[in-house]
Amino acid sequence: MLTISRALIDQVIAHARADHPDEACGVIAGPAGSDRPERFVAMTNAERSPTFYRFDSMEQLRVWREMDDRDEEPVVIYHSHTATEAYPSRTDISYAMEPSAHYLLVSTREPDETEVRSFTIVDGVVTEEQVQLAGGGVE
Amino acid sequence: MAIEVRIPTILRTFTGGAKSVEGSGDTLDALIADLDAQHAGLRDRLVDDAGLRRFINVYLNDEDVRFLGGLSAPVKDGDTVTVLPAVAGGMR
Repeated sequence: MLTISRALIDQVIAHARADHPDEACGVIAGPAGSDRPERFVAMTNAERSPTFYRFDSMEQLRVWREMDDRDEEPVVIYHSHTATEAYPSRTDISYAMEPSAHYLLVSTREPDETEVRSFTIVDGVVTEEQVQLAGGGVE
Repeated sequence: MAIEVRIPTILRTFTGGAKSVEGSGDTLDALIADLDAQHAGLRDRLVDDAGLRRFINVYLNDEDVRFLGGLSAPVKDGDTVTVLPAVAGGMR
């Protein structure tokens, strides 16, 4: 189960809507071992593509070092699908390299409704999980 | 002195759980060969027939090695090499 604040979900949706029709991507960092997403980090989709995303490699190094320095980890890795459902594609599964992360997918294919779903992807096996809204916002 | 290599979580099964290991060599290719001699199987996760695997990012100090010559990039004692799997995917 992913427990996350409404405010963070709204930030993910806003990013996905802003970059539509290209795929948007990013991470939500949290204290290592806590499983608690807290710090929203929008990433550049280096592919700038409606069908593919890849974190910009230099930005990824900077953000990963920052997480290391703050004793954080990528609790949530999010990206959008802009013409298909919010479910991991074969490509998503083959490149998923963070077995402890929650892969949050949002679909912006409908203009006024955004589908948001969360999955774990471990050794090529996709498991959907419940998204539980945390009580308050995150400062 | 040696070259420090930072290993991502997903590859720590090859390093006995270590977050960072040390190796030596004059080029990234030689360094990876030296690492593979200590941690069998690691090279295959980083390199394929065409060179560095497309979805593995390798950084020498603060630079992506793709801009430094890839596997032929020169390395020296005191350098830090960081390995990070690319975060990527797509709708298909």
